[in-house]
Amino acid sequence: MPYRTGREAFMQGVRALLPLIPGVIPFGLLTGVMAINMGMSPGTTMGMTLLFYSGSAQMVALQLLHTGVVPLAIVVTALVINLRFIMYSASLAPHLHHLPRRWTWPLSYMLSDQSYALSTLKLSSGELGPFAHYYYAGTAFSMWLSWQLSVLAGIYLGASIPETWSLSFAIPLSFLALLVPGIRSKPSLAAAVVGGLLAVFAVDMPYNLGLVTASIGGVIAGVVTESLRKRPLADAMIHDVERETP
Amino acid sequence: MSDLALWGLFLAVGLGTFAMRLSFVELYGRLRIPALLSRALLYVPASVLAALVLPAVVYPNGQGEFVLSNPQIPAAILAAWVAWQTRNTVLTLAVGMGALWLFRFFGL
Repeated sequence: MPYRTGREAFMQGVRALLPLIPGVIPFGLLTGVMAINMGMSPGTTMGMTLLFYSGSAQMVALQLLHTGVVPLAIVVTALVINLRFIMYSASLAPHLHHLPRRWTWPLSYMLSDQSYALSTLKLSSGELGPFAHYYYAGTAFSMWLSWQLSVLAGIYLGASIPETWSLSFAIPLSFLALLVPGIRSKPSLAAAVVGGLLAVFAVDMPYNLGLVTASIGGVIAGVVTESLRKRPLADAMIHDVERETP
Repeated sequence: MSDLALWGLFLAVGLGTFAMRLSFVELYGRLRIPALLSRALLYVPASVLAALVLPAVVYPNGQGEFVLSNPQIPAAILAAWVAWQTRNTVLTLAVGMGALWLFRFFGL
């Protein structure tokens, strides 16, 4: 159904995001709590949250700061985690690129997994009409606000949580909660298994290179598994032989 | 790490992330992802997340030394099972933390 006004579309976007907020709050709380428990000041934590606006990259950075990894490796790892935004950007570009920069820059900054997931199908079907970008803006802004407020709440909660709760275990647990539901196929399972095992064996590599090596190894395992499944081995060989004889 | 280095790190990640989010919206029609790269990008989350989880669970002290009595391993297996069955983040966190406290309490 096309929306008649920008305001209507924006509010529908906000409404679409509301059911996702209960899943966002614990992550935000946890991020705030972790940062404070690691000795970061509330100002630094909020600065980090505003600059990153990416929960998983922020958790990764906190975890790596905690283990004392060199800054360059932390930047590279956090950016690798966020590579998926390039895909989201490519997928939303046909529907947003015509807007002026005062729209596209804030909307790009507020791009998140949640707002992308809610908007992508509706934008590409064209069902929302000329005010479609207001719908996306509604999902993006309400997601951004929920995230910032839940981290802020976590900052004030953080000071009251004792060390003996071993809350640092919550970081790998939250990655696990993201990882497991994301494994939907054999190739992604292969990527996870190879990436995880390589990281365990390569943990002594200097400059946190173990993580980068393991991640690349996992991605290669995923792509290779996918190719093997798409083309049965016999087919692939015939195909290659044909290509070799001009 | 000094405050300056910390803010430099935040700024680098922030600007890099913004650049990736803006990339195709800004350069629409002038940028194309190679097919192999877009296939590879699909497997980045699974690979990176697993590479973060497994060492953090197996080596509780942060160094690469294996500890036999490590309650994090059974707790993580239980949490993974809950994540697989329910796809619920909060429940996964709650069960994982609860299991860790329980295993530690009974000295497993």
